Amino acid sequence: MAADTVLAIKGLALDARIRRTTAQPVADAHIEVRAGEIVGLVGESGSGKTLTALSALRLLPDNIEIAAGRIEVGGQDVRALDEAGLAALRGSVVGMVFQDPIGSLNPSMTIGRQVAEVVRIHQQTDRAAADARAIEALGLVGFPQARERFDAYPHQLSGGLRQRVMIAMAIANEPRLVIADEPTTALDVTVQAQILELLQSLVAELGIGVLLITHDLGVIANAADRVTVMYGGRTVEQCSTLEAFGDMRHPYTEALVASAPTLEGSEELVLRGIPGTPPDPMRPEPGCPFAPRCARALPDCVTAPPVFTAIGEGRALACINPVPAAVRV
Amino acid sequence: MTIGEGESVALVGESGCGKTTLARIAVRLESAETGDVLVDGISRRDLSRGQLRLGTTEIQLIPQDASAALDPRMTIAVSIGEPLSIHRRGSKAEREARVLDLLDEVGLDRSLADRFPHQLSGGQRQRVVIARALALEPKLLIADEPVSALDVSVRAQILNLLREIRERRSLALLLISHDLAVVRTISERIDVMYLGRIVESGPTAAVIDQPAHPYTAALVAAFPDPDPTTRERRAAPEGEVPSPVDLPVGCAFAGRCLHVQEDCRATDPHLSDHGVARRVACFHPLV
Repeated sequence: MAADTVLAIKGLALDARIRRTTAQPVADAHIEVRAGEIVGLVGESGSGKTLTALSALRLLPDNIEIAAGRIEVGGQDVRALDEAGLAALRGSVVGMVFQDPIGSLNPSMTIGRQVAEVVRIHQQTDRAAADARAIEALGLVGFPQARERFDAYPHQLSGGLRQRVMIAMAIANEPRLVIADEPTTALDVTVQAQILELLQSLVAELGIGVLLITHDLGVIANAADRVTVMYGGRTVEQCSTLEAFGDMRHPYTEALVASAPTLEGSEELVLRGIPGTPPDPMRPEPGCPFAPRCARALPDCVTAPPVFTAIGEGRALACINPVPAAVRV
Repeated sequence: MTIGEGESVALVGESGCGKTTLARIAVRLESAETGDVLVDGISRRDLSRGQLRLGTTEIQLIPQDASAALDPRMTIAVSIGEPLSIHRRGSKAEREARVLDLLDEVGLDRSLADRFPHQLSGGQRQRVVIARALALEPKLLIADEPVSALDVSVRAQILNLLREIRERRSLALLLISHDLAVVRTISERIDVMYLGRIVESGPTAAVIDQPAHPYTAALVAAFPDPDPTTRERRAAPEGEVPSPVDLPVGCAFAGRCLHVQEDCRATDPHLSDHGVARRVACFHPLV
């Protein structure tokens, strides 16, 4: 593993106890994020992407446990850490940005104090120093007039500003990794563009690695350097963003990209969807989870799930009948 | 705004621009203070209460959240048939047959008729809401963000369904969406709204490829196109949409416009003709 890997998840499996049965919302997940890059984690309902990302900090609900796999954050084996060790990671080595800032910010605390609180929990500083760092972090994320608006409450801010506060909290302690779960889904498109630009400039300036979880292919295309695609609890493909859209190997990646219309429009006026629906984690099928909807499915596809294998520099795939390589003329 | 028979028009804009309110006014869920809604040339204000109640079936709304739009304690068949029984269309047997036909039309298996909404997937629920909207044979369907809550791979199915229904029934469609790529694929014309005003209107491809209003240009520039080869973007506007309360005099977009000039802050530009089939509300359009 490269020295600058900030997050490595290999072969992760999660078991969930639901009523009296056990389900596997994640069966075989693989994620790698290096310093200075944004990795887009894309998948639909039931793909397991959010649970996989939460596993990085063991922020799982009580009924879900890690059944298999290796999780390394900043070189540390996360599965071997005790509560104190995990607490030291959360909010310092790893920052998290959630989808809905109004649900994640404390409504009765000023935004300045909330950012300062994150600093005080992890650093041995006094109040003045923590406040100063909070103002600095708010400035880094483009929050206008941070000193003057230190005492503002979340409800007084717009959606975009609230999200900037969340990002300030995530980077206040100079993390190596930021996990952003659908950070722009609740925002207007012009604000979304600003926030994605912000994440990209923070990566360039601070050298952090970002795991950007989203279902939006447009966000992936515009903000991610590399892509990890998940389906039915498994990582099915890992490659660069250009490869994911123009030279993908997994049939699901191909179908997903084909179903998302682009601004340029196309000659075909009929959109290509994928027939059927994503699998239900409560009713797993043997074999590859995508087989029932896959145009390239072979008889072997339903007997055993494909093994996730490296297929080149920075590329990996779980498929026994991949899409052929794009022909270059 | 005008929608002709069988036309497919899109209404785009960000939160607070008024697009959902406009849709709700069209189906009388809210009333307008000034201005009018004319259906087939007849003003709503000229109709009696009785005429209004029975005659407002030409426009049907598919609201934003399909799951919230279905009564969780009514079966699919009862939900779809409800408009028919409220308007007393046909006998009970005829209504039941009609419901089954509607299920076929939206691509749902007839066996789902006696299920409840929670037993269906998001895409299936959306089909049910569409079937219910078609029950009274409307002339115009208003679909408010019909696919935003659905998985990407399911969206195309629903959009294709709307397209098929439109063609089969010569139905007009008003699509409210923030997704310009979807709009590009489905709608012939586009109206762009900002803070309660339509600021640009015209053929979809022309407006998206060569926006005349700076706000349209900003929307297009900011749109996350699922195509990594078009990543370099024109400058996005600063700030966010201001509150519609206490707007300053002049153009509503003046505060964020990259091309703002003196006269923009003095008076509010009205939507006026601009070339072939285009209208813009701007003193200094970009094209």
